[in-house]
Amino acid sequence: MLSTTFILLIAISLASFILGRYRIVRLAAQANAAAHSLPSYHGSFVALWIGVPCLLFVLVWAALEPVILDAALLASLPPEQLQGLLQGEENLLLAEIRSVSRGLVFGEPDPFVVEAAARLNAWKAVASWSMLAASLGLAAAILFVSYRRIALHFRARQAVERILSGLMVTCSVLAILVTLGIVSSLLFEAFRFFERVPVSEFLFGLNWEPQIPIRADQVAGSGAFGAIPVFMGTLLIAAIAMLVATPIGLFAAIYLAEYANSRVRAIVKPIMEILAGIPTVVYGFFAVLVVAPALREAGNSLGLDVAPNSALAAGSVMGIMILPFISSLSDDALAAVPRSLREGSYAMGATKAETIRNVLLPAALPGIVGGVLLAVSRAIGETMIVVMAAGLIATLTVNPADSVTTVTVQIVTLLIGDTEFDNPKTLAAFALGLLLFVITLFLNVLALKIVQKYREKYD
Amino acid sequence: MASMQSPQTAKFDWFGKAQEARRRRRHAADRRLQFYGIAAIGTAILLLGVLLVSLMMNGSPAFTQSHVTFQVFVDPAKVEAEDPGSGDFRGIVRRGFEGLVSQELSRRDGRDFHDMLSRGAQYMLRDTVVENPRLIGQTITVTYPFADPMDQLHKGLIDRDTPESQRRVSDKQIAWYDEMAASGAISKPFNWALFFNADSRFPELAGLAGALVGSFYALMVCFLISFPVGVAAAVYLEEFAPRNRATDLIEVNINNLAAVPSVVFGLLGLAVFLNFFGLPRSSPLVGGMVLSLMTLPTMIIVTRAALKAVPPSIREAALGVGASRHQVVMHHVLPLAIPGILTGTIIGLAQALGETAPLLLIGMNAFITSAPGGITEPATALPTQVFIWADSPERGFVSRTSAAILVLIGFLIVMNGVAVFLRQRLERKW
Repeated sequence: MLSTTFILLIAISLASFILGRYRIVRLAAQANAAAHSLPSYHGSFVALWIGVPCLLFVLVWAALEPVILDAALLASLPPEQLQGLLQGEENLLLAEIRSVSRGLVFGEPDPFVVEAAARLNAWKAVASWSMLAASLGLAAAILFVSYRRIALHFRARQAVERILSGLMVTCSVLAILVTLGIVSSLLFEAFRFFERVPVSEFLFGLNWEPQIPIRADQVAGSGAFGAIPVFMGTLLIAAIAMLVATPIGLFAAIYLAEYANSRVRAIVKPIMEILAGIPTVVYGFFAVLVVAPALREAGNSLGLDVAPNSALAAGSVMGIMILPFISSLSDDALAAVPRSLREGSYAMGATKAETIRNVLLPAALPGIVGGVLLAVSRAIGETMIVVMAAGLIATLTVNPADSVTTVTVQIVTLLIGDTEFDNPKTLAAFALGLLLFVITLFLNVLALKIVQKYREKYD
Repeated sequence: MASMQSPQTAKFDWFGKAQEARRRRRHAADRRLQFYGIAAIGTAILLLGVLLVSLMMNGSPAFTQSHVTFQVFVDPAKVEAEDPGSGDFRGIVRRGFEGLVSQELSRRDGRDFHDMLSRGAQYMLRDTVVENPRLIGQTITVTYPFADPMDQLHKGLIDRDTPESQRRVSDKQIAWYDEMAASGAISKPFNWALFFNADSRFPELAGLAGALVGSFYALMVCFLISFPVGVAAAVYLEEFAPRNRATDLIEVNINNLAAVPSVVFGLLGLAVFLNFFGLPRSSPLVGGMVLSLMTLPTMIIVTRAALKAVPPSIREAALGVGASRHQVVMHHVLPLAIPGILTGTIIGLAQALGETAPLLLIGMNAFITSAPGGITEPATALPTQVFIWADSPERGFVSRTSAAILVLIGFLIVMNGVAVFLRQRLERKW
């Protein structure tokens, strides 16, 4: 029904374009004078006035309908069935009714559930027909009003342009709304988490065991939520990744920027970019399939005990992933150093290596540091490689052969599967997400500030 | 002045031994740096090569599937013509399959023997007969996939020399297999099921159809949201927006959004779309919406770059002949920027195609055995299918995961190739 309504509205919109255009052409012919705006502007005026509000109306309706129906359904259920139900159980019941109403019956549902499902289906039918009727009525009303505004002196072009500008501003504001959505949803859920688990325990606790309820008198009664080991693991893996990526990326960038001829650049740069374009889930599989067993074997032959999902495996594969990132940002930074500095150095008789070490690198350092910071933020926020290749248990260690867990791993493992939103276990994911968001945001802003400051120096 | 005399008293010996050694040292340092650079690039390319080669080596077996051909008699006693769907196809397939070996099967061997054939065979026969009930009472020749361990054996991935307890096929199964192979019943055609079957618990039946359809729907939703919104926002910011605090705020926001970790978008989708608006979990609709929020910054940034590349003279000329600012943009600037915008769009969609983490959080990693029929039905996507298969313990899924990755990378290469082609064909230089 929703898609039918959409298609109908779009069709009406197009038809009203033709109608509006036809009317102004006729008016102009009758008066034997030119209209203020071109005919298509009059048509677009009517079409936009009908299309935009009606589609918005339908979208809002579609978003609100399930919420209202759920509330009505709960109210209509026999009160004895609802007695003593927790929020989560209520939701489960609603979900059961919904699936029964869609014809998916598992086992023997209670008779009151079947009844409620029938009621829900009846309401849904009413709701979707009234949505269609309401949106068509709205379209007709707007058509009536806007059609009458069409006249020879009507400044249709300006009106259309105002509408378009409004739409464009709305789209731009959407970016802010998304950010607001992220921040508020993270804050809201994290706040609910901190109601159950004190902030101080989360930030400074040394024990992360969200899965295991140990005893009833423990904080929140289900596991420990000290985030320090999780962050240590994240930093350890990110540090390993940076140890792999920074030297390789930097030397590659130096070679490409200063030594390589244009043919080599033309071949090597796209190859490095392929590394950046490979989905991270592929890197994760690569780490599990190839790197981790290889490291384990190498460790065994040296007499070291390497965990099957060691920080080293996850970190080094993550290093491969962020390598092109570092090399291209360093390349940019080196290329931004003005020629005059290079030529001055060569004129003094310095070799290329001396020029690079003593002139170019110091000059490009802020840009390179900015790039490295951006890469660190990526490494901290990267999910799939660590979800597949790092461990699940939070251990407080700096040994790269051990298995550690990361913030993103915990977020994903806490939220995969059943997500009931009233226990600290799932809410903890949002607290971790909030910290992750704040840390990466801080790193990104810092990196951008450094890069910008550096740019101004030579422009 | 005394210092004027010094060049005469201590003549600098440019070509002496000490200088020669120093020069050699400096040049050696130069060559060393160059060598480090080459080594770094070599390492990067080597790693890429290892990645791709290991995926191809692991994935190539999954592109073929061992099948076994035998005759079944569709016994009218076991299948009724009125209701062919509920017949005893398991028994029929078993009897037919037993016909492949001359040896009489003992009761104990029966289980081992029938484990060699895929468990999907009975359903395949059922579908064939339901589709064509005239087959009842006839003997037909069928070709059905082997079960995963036999498939591995046929592809030579199982070493016959390992002790029986450590391999997944028994000596008896190998003997039966050898007899079948000798009679020419076993074939290894291209594995079309990989593309046309949906997911399954059995590797020999599992395919990517559900994931392909799910990815397609999610990308479609992503495109329908992020393209119009992204282009409109970019046009406003680049062509109309005044420079004030509000537009600065929007710009900073967009830059920050581009750098937010993807898993955070998953959290947003979970909290807002699933919990607040109650949209269906695991659906391509929500997946596409989350992906579109991630793609939006990319879209805006590339569109702005494309608009910037249109020279001001075009705008000035249009304004000069009396066009309004909207007309300048709609009639002149935007059409000229379209190739750049399209290129960026394809690249943005390619990124969205490979994105996994947010899809995991909104539940697009569910085990779903049929392709979704619409954007609100539960589905998986290509990268999440890779994730599911990578977690599966069966040997056959290792090669299937690699094969799925190759398919995913294939799509990415095609998309990027189209983007490069568009850029070269349509982009103009001023």
